Order: sequence, then C-alpha cells, then structure tokens
Amino acid sequence: MTLASTFTVTQPSDTEVQLTREFDAPARLVWDAYTKPEYVRQWLLGPDGWDMPVCDIDLRVGGKFQYRWSHPTEGSFGTQGEFTEVTPTSRIVNTERMEGFEGESIDTITFEEANGRTTMTMTMRFPSKEARDGAVATGMADGVATSYDRLERIIDTFE
Amino acid sequence: MDAVATATPILDDTFAALADPTRRAILERLMEGEASVAELTEPFAMSQPAISKHLKYLERAGLVSRHRDAQRRMCRLEAAPMAQAVAWLEGYRRFWEANYARLDDLLERMKAEEAGLPSTGTAAGSDADSQ
Repeated sequence: MTLASTFTVTQPSDTEVQLTREFDAPARLVWDAYTKPEYVRQWLLGPDGWDMPVCDIDLRVGGKFQYRWSHPTEGSFGTQGEFTEVTPTSRIVNTERMEGFEGESIDTITFEEANGRTTMTMTMRFPSKEARDGAVATGMADGVATSYDRLERIIDTFE
Repeated sequence: MDAVATATPILDDTFAALADPTRRAILERLMEGEASVAELTEPFAMSQPAISKHLKYLERAGLVSRHRDAQRRMCRLEAAPMAQAVAWLEGYRRFWEANYARLDDLLERMKAEEAGLPSTGTAAGSDADSQ
C-alpha cells in the first residue's frame, strides 16, 4: 500500500497552512471517517497514549463540534468550532478555536475523488502569521517527541 | 520550495537560504567538512564572486560561519538553525502522518465492512501491521 507519498504540508499564504493527503477509498467513506464521531475517535488522536473522551459533531450549518483529547500524564487539550458550510462528501467549512490560542481559524476541508481514491485537503486560515506558527508548533510539542519511534516506522514507509 | 512553513524570522531566513539549489549544494559540500571559498567554487560553473554572494546569504541566515585558517578564509556549516527549521516542520508533518496512517487503516476496515468481508484490522495501534 502506498502511504504518504502524496502527503504535502504547504503554506499558501502567511496566515495559512494546508495539508493534502490522498486516501485509497471513495469520498463517501473518507467523509464518514471525518464526520462521524465513532470513526473520528479511531484516528484523530495525535501521538501514542492520547485518547479522545469528547468528540461531539453536529454536522449542519450552524451546528457545533467539540473535541477533547487527554493523556494520563500530559494532561488534556480541546478545540471547538461551528460549521458554516456542509456539502456532503465534498466540502466542509468551519470556524475553530483551540484552547490556549487567541482568535479563531477558518478551516476548509475538501474531499476530491478520482478513480476510487480521495484527496483530502485541509486548509487552516489563522487570524495572523503568529497564530498560525504557534498552532503548527503545537503539533510537535508534548508527546510527539516521545512517540518518535513509532512515528519513525511510519516515516520509513514513505521516504 | 513551498512545502515549508515558517515559525520565526530566523526560520524564514533559513528557508529562504535553502530555496536556492546552489546554496543547497554548498551546504551539502560543507556537511563533509570545512572548505575555502576557492574549494567551494570549484564544482560550480560560477565565478568566485557569485559563490561569495551565496555564502554571504548563507552567513546572514546563520547557516554558515567564516573564519581565517592561516592565509585562507574557511567556511563552516552551522548545523543548529537548519536542524531547527527541519524539526519544526517535520514535527507537524509527523503528527498528521500518524493520524493519517490510522485513517488509512480505518478506511481499509470500512471498505471491508462495506464489501461484507470480515474486518482484519484493529482499531488504534495497528500502524505496524499496515506496513
């Protein structure tokens, strides 16, 4: 199975970060995996040792979502927001406020299917360059370093 | 080179410095050890002043330092800023790749379920199996 040979992290502008990744599944399945709590809980976890006790998703325009992750020794972290656009199996736009960060980001997630495979693109637009840089830095904080070994195994498969 | 993001002005300089192929080649040469400007110029179809200009750029970004060794001006690689720049973005990339690897597994199970086949995977922690 080809893994992240198609995974890119880019910065379309000073205030945005964009993740693009292809999955070997049709858009409707990727959509379900992204929007149904019973699925989201299985993959949106970050480093080893974190689980997701709160995963509420009210998937409709004006509906809210709330995620919370916790770790036995690292503590917990949450994020929440509101959906402003929901186009089933192809596009979601939501606001997002992460705990510990000023301001709100606008996230746009698109699902594009071709030949049974789906490219999911997540674009996060932050209120400032500083906010974006801070949010990106969070991705490597805390447990990421400790789970380096497991991550290395994943990295090995695509580099 | 747009597959990079930046955290601080220092990192901006680092990424800008790394964006040029000649400068990347100079850094690769310096990974093998110190070199004089003349030695660095040798492999390139460029004048010494052109190489010196690239070296100044790298120096400003903190990636290269220069010092005198006898009569020669030697260039040395300063590894810390580059390591910082790479680590910063790689950390974010790895964080998401760990998530996406689990999503790959989940989608395989969802496809199997849809096809009416018995699911073979496990929930979390099956990354090793998926390889």
